[in-house]
Amino acid sequence: MTRNPTLGQIVTKVRSKNAGPFWVTIDIFCGTEDAFTRVTEGLATDRVARLFAVEPQLLKRFDIADLRVVKFSLPRPVIQGAAADRDMHGAQYAALLEELALD
Amino acid sequence: MATRVLVPSGVLGLGFDADALARGVDMAPDIICIDGGSTDSGPFSLGAGVSKYSRAATRAEWRVLMQARARAGVPLVIGTAGTSGTDSTVDWMYDITTELAAELGQSLRIARIYSSQPQDRIAAALRAGAITPLTPAPECDPEGLANIVALAGAEHIQAALEGGADIVIAGRTTDTATIAALPLMRGEAAGACWHGAKIAECGALCSTHPTSGVIMVDFDRDGFTVEALHPDARCTPHSVSAHMLYENSDPFRLYEPGGYLDVTAARYAALDDRRVRVEGSEWVPGPYTVKLEGARIAGFQTTIMAILRNAHYVANAQAWVDRLNGFLAPEIERRMGLTPDAYSLDFRLIGVNGALGPIENRKGDPVEVGVLGIITAATQAEASEIGKLINPFVLHYPLTDDEELPTFAFPYSPATTDRGALYEFALNHVMALDDPMSAFRLQFDEVTA
Repeated sequence: MTRNPTLGQIVTKVRSKNAGPFWVTIDIFCGTEDAFTRVTEGLATDRVARLFAVEPQLLKRFDIADLRVVKFSLPRPVIQGAAADRDMHGAQYAALLEELALD
Repeated sequence: MATRVLVPSGVLGLGFDADALARGVDMAPDIICIDGGSTDSGPFSLGAGVSKYSRAATRAEWRVLMQARARAGVPLVIGTAGTSGTDSTVDWMYDITTELAAELGQSLRIARIYSSQPQDRIAAALRAGAITPLTPAPECDPEGLANIVALAGAEHIQAALEGGADIVIAGRTTDTATIAALPLMRGEAAGACWHGAKIAECGALCSTHPTSGVIMVDFDRDGFTVEALHPDARCTPHSVSAHMLYENSDPFRLYEPGGYLDVTAARYAALDDRRVRVEGSEWVPGPYTVKLEGARIAGFQTTIMAILRNAHYVANAQAWVDRLNGFLAPEIERRMGLTPDAYSLDFRLIGVNGALGPIENRKGDPVEVGVLGIITAATQAEASEIGKLINPFVLHYPLTDDEELPTFAFPYSPATTDRGALYEFALNHVMALDDPMSAFRLQFDEVTA
């Protein structure tokens, strides 16, 4: 049995960054039409919510066909700069998504 | 008649290409606008009221921009001066400006826009029901906040420009307001003004050569045209439209004081291989609200760092930290009388899950593990004392009782570092204003060479 590819293996780039101190936003640049279709069909929103341990109803998702981009925005698990924050700019959250195998 | 705005880079202190800037000045802009900060780097700058950028870097770049302004003969505007845009960082920027004016022999009319908010104004607005929480928001409790700022909008920059300012040093401002102000004042399409400002606010990040800095935007009655000025940088419909994604939780809607920008219907077209034309962005007017930011002291910190290189300890790093924690809590209580609810001691395993903590889902086989201990306590003296108390155990604590005491690697002496105050963001709210100027202070000064 061959394993499904990870997101990072089929898209151009996955990046994450704070959108203000209370949110983090993750952009998946799919590159090709095929990859965009693969991602929109093979990446369920509730899996992404589980990955970041947030309530699915708080996760915003945008499938932007013109740009071949899938974007997720979520309240930061820890507010930026709070004592428990480990990543001030939120740029490492992308790694979890990049390594996620598609359905 | 179009309004031409030159944006030297995404933020003062990050650098820009000098030739591209000179080219921009030759193209006769109507105004030069640059951002001076944001909340990107965390709550420290806001809480402490100091710039995170070096004075030397800020001064060197501002000098070039002041010369460019003199050559172009147009206003120069900086928003969110000094990283957080508190009154103290506005004055820091003003000091640098007057110093440079003397050095360059420039006579100037300088406007300062102050965005800091006294606690009692916020408390009164709260009582009057003029403050609304955004999602997610901590409880609004202005008492005890080290600093509060409101984000100024285009109206505040316009007031400074109408007052004849050569240089505008604005406190906390929305990223877009400095760029949108003049074209809005001259009646260009409002949707285009805010959209073009959002595209240009990070400088050349909207181009194929993000570090080159310099961007020119032409605003008119129907839309805007954006061009990157470095010879190797190109703005393409993709690079420009993709910038709406950046640091934006909703890529189609951007809230500003007095309304929001909706780019759902925006069309992006390449004019040639360097310039992009955008039309169809819509501005939707709404109630006049300004966003609030605030920071409070959440304790004082001391850190300690040890590196585990022994393979057995590397493999059992988490077990070691758990055992160490179990030992230290009663030790701290016995020797200092502090129960665990009076402080926090957080050991982070660098090489295991240092960046992601509990949501990390991968396991590796690291060569070594960095153990970063972060102590947060009510006072610096207490945090520092806990650091000294735990120091010998972080160095020598064994995994089992029946082994010779290990010694780990401390990278420096003393092993502990006092970090000072820990600030935390304490507001994610908007405040309604009847008069946009009522929560801001505008001051003009003349400096003569």
